[in-house]
Amino acid sequence: MRTVGPVIRRRNDEAAGALVGYLPVGFPTLDESVEAAIALVEHGVDVLELGLPYSDPVMDGPVIQAATQQALANGFRLTHGFEAVRRITERTDAPVLIMTYWNPVLQYGVDRFADDLAAAGGAGLITPDLIPDEAADWIAASERTGLDRVFLAAPTSTDARIRQAVDSSRGFVYAVSTMGITGARSDVDEAARTLVARLAEAGAPASCVGLGISTAAQVAEVLEYADGAIVGSALVKALADGGVEAAGELAGELARGTRPSEVR
Amino acid sequence: MALRAQSGPYFGDFGGRFVPESLVAALDELGEAYDLAKLDPAFGEELAELGRSYTGRPSIITEVPRFARHAGGARVILKREDLNHTGSHKINNVLGQALLTKRIGKTRVIAETGAGQHGVATATAAALFGLECTIYMGEVDTERQALNVARMRLLGAEVVPVTTGSRTLKDAINEAMRDWVTNVATTNYIFGTVAGPHPFPEMVRDFQKVIGEEARQQVIDLTGALPTAVTACVGGGSNAIGIFHAFLDDAEVALYGFEAGGEGVDTERHAATITKGRPGVLHGARSYLLQDEDGQTIESHSISAGLDYPGVGPEHAWLAAIGRATYRPVTDAAAMQALRLLTRTEGIIPAIESAHALAGTLELGTELGPGATILVSLSGRGDKDMDTAAKYFDLYDQEHPK
Repeated sequence: MRTVGPVIRRRNDEAAGALVGYLPVGFPTLDESVEAAIALVEHGVDVLELGLPYSDPVMDGPVIQAATQQALANGFRLTHGFEAVRRITERTDAPVLIMTYWNPVLQYGVDRFADDLAAAGGAGLITPDLIPDEAADWIAASERTGLDRVFLAAPTSTDARIRQAVDSSRGFVYAVSTMGITGARSDVDEAARTLVARLAEAGAPASCVGLGISTAAQVAEVLEYADGAIVGSALVKALADGGVEAAGELAGELARGTRPSEVR
Repeated sequence: MALRAQSGPYFGDFGGRFVPESLVAALDELGEAYDLAKLDPAFGEELAELGRSYTGRPSIITEVPRFARHAGGARVILKREDLNHTGSHKINNVLGQALLTKRIGKTRVIAETGAGQHGVATATAAALFGLECTIYMGEVDTERQALNVARMRLLGAEVVPVTTGSRTLKDAINEAMRDWVTNVATTNYIFGTVAGPHPFPEMVRDFQKVIGEEARQQVIDLTGALPTAVTACVGGGSNAIGIFHAFLDDAEVALYGFEAGGEGVDTERHAATITKGRPGVLHGARSYLLQDEDGQTIESHSISAGLDYPGVGPEHAWLAAIGRATYRPVTDAAAMQALRLLTRTEGIIPAIESAHALAGTLELGTELGPGATILVSLSGRGDKDMDTAAKYFDLYDQEHPK
């Protein structure tokens, strides 16, 4: 099974760290979202995070909301997520995580979802509105199938909750870099540096920082202290404005941040 | 265990906290502040005094015999939350949460609103306590409740029309949660109903249960007995849980919640969550919700903005699951007829939300027959609904611009 841990370790050995790229499935179409994800990998994205469009995305900023609403309007179905994972993993070596709000998984059936994701070649799940406290079924299903599970940690998380996120996650812990929702910000919050240090102290094998990163310089800055940098809104905006080619180009630019000598 | 003793985070299989980690600290802080406040007699006294000298509590009960003639001969008694300051039961909860906001030292409050009643109540409390206030309201609702938008702005609140999704209450909640995630250090979220993540379902219920506690004694004083049945409309369910709660352990008292049946529960345009939904997670809690096969929320419909919500509070889901309360749909048309009937027979113009409870009561009365006493939560007054009613009943002169 293709999981994210080995890739993140390898990229920290051979470069400054891993670049994680997010795109929603089905935007602007299913085919183009697959081609864009592949273009990201071809231009230097190490780990893919594929978002499943959802009707009530409380953690998403305006760029991603607009994209996922369009995907839903175009007829997105959950099965398209598995299809996208299969098509992408057939053509690239990058591990593919699904980012999904919890209700779609619950309705599909937690075990059935895990089985179908594993069968499609997926690496695991990022669950933005599922905290470990409520995740017993998913933890059991991911143990059984070997899928990664990525929980979130926030600057406001207590030490006990940081430990819980570390102990419950497999692959990496998603460090929310600002107290905000997704969307490019001019500065990646200093709070992220402290949060990653706290995660390391709690024994996290890997931490990736997301929410607010949009330039190669920010990727380089984050990778000074984190194992991975997660870019979402900026890539979605590039795809929306300039298509697959523009998304690939931005990925290539962002990937320079994993080679700090090139951005200094 | 007594049913009244049930507290969060879980009500049977329902409730919990399905939220981003970024909100957990804020929910914990609020929950801990609330647990301490509950034990502090000074908090209870301050809230009770606000109820007496600001809201106008206790609200009266009114027996409505001319209306009741259409209800199969049952006695019908209204609990008059419509007479509260700001015009609905929403003020009960808002004053409690605004007091808590001051205790945890935050200076800004945000809220979602559907009909605008919770938004008006929150803007009112913010004015009273000197708090900064932002209200999120679906764009569809800002159009059909323009008067309440003006009221909130006059009270000093910023009203943000939400243009995402179905542009109604559920999307206003999404936007308020996004604001809270971003501004949690300074901001408290005054949630308007008994849905959402723990501690909201329990806390909002506790601030609303005064409705039933007063009414239970008032009905006994008037009739010498408990009512046969207690009825309320259910959107998120805060007025319903407020009036039900005191009666939960009175097994002989039947409890009925009336959901918005819209154009009919066999159409796609309704908001009858318990009647037609199935369990799932929305807005931080596991409860019944209207959703498709993939777990995408289905847009609800109701002529009443306050009931136009595809979810419902987890305690109602639990009361339905254990059979303690019964939930039935009431169509837009039936609610509007009941609104006019109460107005014409008793001179009381109810909110369209509350008119669903009245319509359900008319049908229930014919089932229970003479000898039954039905206590109805009249959760709000109809002033805000005049434009909707005027169009529905064709009350404007021809040359009226609308």
